[in-house]
Amino acid sequence: MLQSILDHYNYWIAIFLMMAGFYIVVARGNLVKKLVGLNIFQTSVFLLYITMGKVTNGTAPILDSRFQVYSNPIPHVLILTAIVVGIATTALGLALVVRIRESYGTIEEDELDLADGET
Amino acid sequence: MKSHRVLRIISKLLIPFILLFALYVQFHGDYGPGGGFQAGVIFASAFILYGLIFGLENARKVAPPAVVTRLIAAGLLIYAGTGFAGLLGGGNFLDYGVLRADPVAGQHLGIMVIEFGVGTTVAATMITIFFLFARRDR
Amino acid sequence: MIITLIDITLLTFMGATAIAILRLRSLFAVVMLSGIYSLLAASMFVALDAVDVAFTEAAVGAGISTVLMIAVLALTGERELIPVRTPLLPLAVVTLTGAALIYATFDMPAFGDPSAPANLHVAPHYLKDSFAEVGLPNVVTSVLASYRGYDTFGEVTVIFTAGVAVMLLLGGRKGDDAGIKQEPEDKAGENNAGEDDSGDGDDRGAGGGTA
Repeated sequence: MLQSILDHYNYWIAIFLMMAGFYIVVARGNLVKKLVGLNIFQTSVFLLYITMGKVTNGTAPILDSRFQVYSNPIPHVLILTAIVVGIATTALGLALVVRIRESYGTIEEDELDLADGET
Repeated sequence: MKSHRVLRIISKLLIPFILLFALYVQFHGDYGPGGGFQAGVIFASAFILYGLIFGLENARKVAPPAVVTRLIAAGLLIYAGTGFAGLLGGGNFLDYGVLRADPVAGQHLGIMVIEFGVGTTVAATMITIFFLFARRDR
Repeated sequence: MIITLIDITLLTFMGATAIAILRLRSLFAVVMLSGIYSLLAASMFVALDAVDVAFTEAAVGAGISTVLMIAVLALTGERELIPVRTPLLPLAVVTLTGAALIYATFDMPAFGDPSAPANLHVAPHYLKDSFAEVGLPNVVTSVLASYRGYDTFGEVTVIFTAGVAVMLLLGGRKGDDAGIKQEPEDKAGENNAGEDDSGDGDDRGAGGGTA
């Protein structure tokens, strides 16, 4: 029982974080907060990938004659580039938020709907 | 933040080391953790720190936006150019083995060059994005 | 055992930080907490042997992204309004999705299992042969720059595109979109101003279409 919990604990926390980010994105109206939520979602996906690449008793995949067992390097490569792409797209989202604020005077979703003349 | 003397002096001391560390990360990425992506971000953070402490105008003098903007494209072109160099050498696109007589040495050279291209693009993009956001403040 | 303990502690901290981000309405606090969250994630990646990823996450998530978010808060204000709608529907959606995903984890291989499918396919080849083929001790760099160089090329293109897009959005002067052209600072500013006008028209059109 305990072993089964330990085997899946990482996955569960990753899913919890994913859902926390998802909730912020759909339930909160402030656009900056939505982007923070999206970041949390993104990091949870990173965590999920890296978790899958971990090998028990393994070490970081930098080759050295003293070590035999290494963790899987492929998730590391995928996530490494994803992090930098993530900040670039976050910056794009923030730029859109700034332009919305300048055009509408608000970044709250409800007020934006009102300003567009819809309810 | 022009009146904070401690911040000004400490950041002046720190910035050269941040830049040096970024270069270390860039060129030591083959042997330890690091590489173009991380080095680019660290390199950019030195300029961002400078901009935060000494004002945007001074930072724009150190890193003129016209130059930085061109570096974004230059990094990508270095990467693509290395790929085409592989083609010209008779290999596939981005096949570095043909860049030198010894395939392993060729791989090493190719990785060094494309990591440099990655670092250039990432650093220039981050600096540009920061400048654009900070300039809106006025 | 001690590693497992560190694992569980860090993950629990991350969960607590996420809840705090969810509940707080001061956006400044939210942004600072998201920096802390990134730093915790970076520590977690070290514990999971992903040193390169940890390095990037610490530099990007805790550094640059916090600075950018604060710069945006200076432009947009730092209080979030109290939401008027009831959160029941989002809560239901999130709970259902979460439950489905948790159910799916029972089919996942155990944490750290060396014979998990993800660890059997190409990774052993990279770990065994990359030193002979590429000559670098850091397998992550070999895979990133050589074996999967084409992939990385695409990623760099995405960063380039995002940089250009931010330039188009913010490169002009404030108020350009109102049609009142202030004297542009330089030639580049003038070009961007022209781009901004057309971009703004598109924005409004899209806004009307989605609702």
